[in-house]
Amino acid sequence: MPHLHEDKIKFLEEMANQIRQDVIAMVSHARSGHIAGPLGMADIFAALYFHILRHDPKHPEWSERDRLILSNGHICPVRYAAMARAGYFPVEELKTLRTFGSRLQGHPHRTILPGVETTSGPLGSGLSQAVGMAIVAKMDAKKINIYCLMSDGEQECGQTWEAAMLAGKLKLDNLTALIDRNNIQIDGMTEDIMPLEPLRQKYEAFGWHVLDINGHNFEEIANAYETAQAIYEKPVLIIAHTIPGKGVDFMEFEYPWHSKTFKPEEAKESLAQLRTLQGKIKSEHE
Amino acid sequence: MPINPKAKLVEHLLDVKAIEQKPTRDGYGTGLLAAGDENPSVVALCADLMESTRTEAFAQKYPDRFVEMGVAEQNMASVAAGMALMGKIPFISSYAMFSPGRNWEQIRTTIAYNEANVKICGAHAGVSVGPDGATHQAIEDIALMRPIANMTVFSPCDSVEAHKATYAAAKITGPVYVRYAREKTPVFTTAQTPFEPGKAMAFWVEPVRTKPDVAIISCGPLTHNAILAAAELEREGMKVRVINNPSIKPLDKETILKAAKDAKAIVTVEEHQVAGGMGSAIAEFLAQSYPVPVEFIGVQNRFGQSGTPTELIEHYGMGAAHIIEAVTRVIARKS
Ligand SMILES: Cc1ncc(C[n+]2csc(CCOP(=O)(O)OP(=O)(O)O)c2C)c(N)n1
Ligand SMILES: [Mg+2]
Repeated sequence: MPHLHEDKIKFLEEMANQIRQDVIAMVSHARSGHIAGPLGMADIFAALYFHILRHDPKHPEWSERDRLILSNGHICPVRYAAMARAGYFPVEELKTLRTFGSRLQGHPHRTILPGVETTSGPLGSGLSQAVGMAIVAKMDAKKINIYCLMSDGEQECGQTWEAAMLAGKLKLDNLTALIDRNNIQIDGMTEDIMPLEPLRQKYEAFGWHVLDINGHNFEEIANAYETAQAIYEKPVLIIAHTIPGKGVDFMEFEYPWHSKTFKPEEAKESLAQLRTLQGKIKSEHE
Repeated sequence: MPINPKAKLVEHLLDVKAIEQKPTRDGYGTGLLAAGDENPSVVALCADLMESTRTEAFAQKYPDRFVEMGVAEQNMASVAAGMALMGKIPFISSYAMFSPGRNWEQIRTTIAYNEANVKICGAHAGVSVGPDGATHQAIEDIALMRPIANMTVFSPCDSVEAHKATYAAAKITGPVYVRYAREKTPVFTTAQTPFEPGKAMAFWVEPVRTKPDVAIISCGPLTHNAILAAAELEREGMKVRVINNPSIKPLDKETILKAAKDAKAIVTVEEHQVAGGMGSAIAEFLAQSYPVPVEFIGVQNRFGQSGTPTELIEHYGMGAAHIIEAVTRVIARKS
């Protein structure tokens, strides 16, 4: 991946902000769907789609592309927004989220939206699929990176650890997983519902190389993925510490925003906050 | 109106606008609480979906009899088995897609084969889950639970019946599966409407001393659509019996056999795959005891998708108009 110079960081910041606005517009328009997770992951999605991934939005089936598996399918609005902005499909289509006949299903569906890579929503099965892909990339001697995104909530699923154990055994150094460590799930804070810590040591014990980063800092995100490429004989886990609902003050850190429905004035207020964010955005103010 | 007076249904049954609407999962919340109030052995487990499964009220009232499992449905099933083997009556709850969807073998072996007294309560069954889409719409859960030996299976038609089914589950010794829905649907039964495991009941009846032209056997909230269809068919001069059949296993063979003998044509209605569902249970029974033509309303070998509940019920052929078409088809097949 190319060096991350200052102009590119600025570009990524603006793109992430745009993606957040898209997410809010989509979810408030659909009047259902998840919000805190997608907002918290917007920076990572901007970095992936506009800096890290080797892909071709015009040829989503290109066989040499990196694979990006979204295990926690419920945050798909952020993936859809990033994909649309990257040119996979018209931005206009974002409005159809969760409606009858849309390619943007409430949880992503592989066979109707090229580029989605796999169907997800039921938690805890993404890492296994990513491991399967990484095994084949090695078998076929292909230089394809397999990226898997997971939530912290799904670290409670047994299957996640079955996959982690296998990846460690097979030394899948073409696999880089990332956990959205936002500390929330539906019923409350993860450490109250089911303590996950020490996450780092757990994965290390399973044979992984683990990196902790600030999931809102583009240099840290890019560095982590770059480091991951340099690590041999181990799969890499990036624990991305994120703020759920990032960018909208009344949502940040609040677990009920996992999938709360917007009141119209809340959607308006969210957009206003994002559009004026630290004066970085040139778009119209409301 | 040809409503069976013994069914004690609400008065304004056909007034779709005026009738109260509640999701059947509400009946899980109140039924669980009632069972828990009465029997201190009742405990509840949930996998990070307390509010939407309606486990919350129980968890708040009896925090010491509640276990939050986190997102771990397989663990939940077998932990519940362990608790049952120590004398408790565990109710486990998640979306039906994940319990009994994800944890099927744990349910089969550690609960049912063990004869562990666990109640499996699946919320968000059917395509009426709506915008979440196919991954969250369980339309195979009846088929998953029905073939397991020792398992009882209930699919209540509204929140009131769901309350009774939940409460009844606590009284049964052995594993029970109860299926609930997410979307608000008409509340058309009352506290006085009978509910008994192993019993079906005619809600809509043909004129006295006549035989019906068709019997519609239905479970779940679609029973209300079946009644709307019957009302329309009656206007066209047809004699219809609509049987609400919440107890898929054990099946009320007597009531179903009588319906087959009286009507000589059956339409089954359920928000589930036709393969392996309630209709299959009825067809299996009638094929042996009294074969008559049967038409099946349900999902036909497809996955669900995002949409509004109404759009999806229509798209997958489960609206009142579809039931009427099935009645026409089955009557044409009568010999
Ligand atoms: C197997 C499974 N069980 C339950 C659910 C329902 N569910 C959706 S999201 C979620 C957990 C939320 O925690 P996290 O994944 O950390 O989400 P965040 O709010 O941080 O985005 C649950 C239990 C599911 N999707 N899959
Ligand atoms: Mg989380």
